[in-house]
Amino acid sequence: MAVKKLVELASTIRSKNAGVNSITFDIIFSNPDNYEKVKKSGMLNKKTIARLFGIPEERIVSFVEFDPANAIKFTIRRVRPSGSPGESDIFGSQQYAPLLDLEIEVDDTTE
Amino acid sequence: MLREIKILSPTGHLGFTPLEKDSFLTGVSKKPDYIVADSGSADIGPYYLGADMPCSPEMWQRHDLELILKASRDLDVPMIIGSASDTGTNKGVDQFVRIIKEIARENDLHFNLAYIYSQQDKNRIRRILNEVRVEGLDGFEDLNSQILDRTDNIVAVMGPEPIIHALDNGADVIIAGRSSDSSIFAAPLIREGISKATAFYAGKVLECASFCAEPFMGKESVMGYVKEGEVIVEPMHPKQRCTVASVASHSMYERVDPYYERVPGGVLDMSECVYEQIDHRRTRVTGFKFIESELKIKLEGAGKVGERCICIVGFRDPYLIKHIDKVIEWSKKKVEERYSDRTYQLYYHLYGINGVMKDLEPVRNPSSHEICLIVECVAETAEDAKEIATLAARNTFYARLPEVKGTAGTAAMMSDEAILTKPAYEWTVNHLIPVSDPLELFDVHFEDV
Repeated sequence: MAVKKLVELASTIRSKNAGVNSITFDIIFSNPDNYEKVKKSGMLNKKTIARLFGIPEERIVSFVEFDPANAIKFTIRRVRPSGSPGESDIFGSQQYAPLLDLEIEVDDTTE
Repeated sequence: MLREIKILSPTGHLGFTPLEKDSFLTGVSKKPDYIVADSGSADIGPYYLGADMPCSPEMWQRHDLELILKASRDLDVPMIIGSASDTGTNKGVDQFVRIIKEIARENDLHFNLAYIYSQQDKNRIRRILNEVRVEGLDGFEDLNSQILDRTDNIVAVMGPEPIIHALDNGADVIIAGRSSDSSIFAAPLIREGISKATAFYAGKVLECASFCAEPFMGKESVMGYVKEGEVIVEPMHPKQRCTVASVASHSMYERVDPYYERVPGGVLDMSECVYEQIDHRRTRVTGFKFIESELKIKLEGAGKVGERCICIVGFRDPYLIKHIDKVIEWSKKKVEERYSDRTYQLYYHLYGINGVMKDLEPVRNPSSHEICLIVECVAETAEDAKEIATLAARNTFYARLPEVKGTAGTAAMMSDEAILTKPAYEWTVNHLIPVSDPLELFDVHFEDV
């Protein structure tokens, strides 16, 4: 087993609005092996995300493993609709940063 | 068997930044049957719909409309523009119609124009509330009179039917108000006899133009080749590729669910889509389905919250940075003492600590050697917003912290100026209204140009 950061395993890690009340996160792996390894590790799940962003699990409205794109995707409910007073990220496009350093224990025997 | 229909998608948001001409002209040279572009977005926030303003400069909108109109007239194929001028309000439709007519006059072009209004009369919606439930989406409570009171503008998001109606009546150029992105592509396909499953999938994959291709490049054209049960996508920029990964990953872009996409009148089911790389640059998609459902139309609305003012302040003293919470506490207290009789919202954006992520920020002990504070105040009048933001900012300068060494001021003012910004708006309406006729909320007009 080896510990790798998500940024080393994924080719795209992004966040963006999904409607006015949610921010959706896409983690896309260019390499199906890495995708399968991360899936198999079971370390990327609602619980991990809730801990990482310091939110209750109820705020994560969906978590999907999306095989056709070798991608894992989850969505967080906003506190207020995008662009309300007090807004800091109207497009929701800079909320993915903490995912980059997320450590995943992957099986490296096939490498 | 139906022929293959070619749809050229030149931009994901017409006018937001100018489209790239070269790949568009490559697309035009391949003789598409339709040129379709969406001009709208809810991502730009509630201000533009609420204030009924475009978010894009007219020069850029004109640039895109001119290229598309000339190509559409040269090829003699219809052009369809959705969500005119970013928000799709009647003012946005009128603005695009004016631009189209100006370009037509300058170039001696003649055609049948259709334009479709989608803005809603608030009082009409208020009356409808007595008869039907207008269900809130995504955590919004059901629509009620109080919400309408807080709303300045409402648009309904049209499905394909109003556009089909325009095409049936001979429209060559269609300027639509607020429209569902995929519906403006689906409309001509459905009219040609293609199933809703194929038509909406084609719309889904083409709506953002080059975003379904890799590497990432904005504003480049993409062509969709559509036959019943099959959509092939090809980028028009020579350095882009539509790969299985880029096309599949686009289906999850800006969506909660990558498998199901709600459209007016049903759900596009992509759960069994099959993606095949047919050559270096093209991907074929099959296997999409469409589930019909009761016809509901989405309403979008925004309303003004108040006037807004900001002040910019910096901090460099490590002791202050460490105790920035106390500085803010002091500032808040001073504002509360003086303005307890006013209605206001006050926010402290701390860039360098958690300015971007706010409550989602996991970094607990940031090591920034300097931080920027933007004080934001929203109040009923511009005077209040200005006074309160100024008082809040100046009191970060006078914060009484016991161990501060630099007693000449506890903050660096970028300028002692309160900046009055655009007013603050919020999304108020994000709802579904049931209708019996898909044309019910829309008003289609025709004109010979």
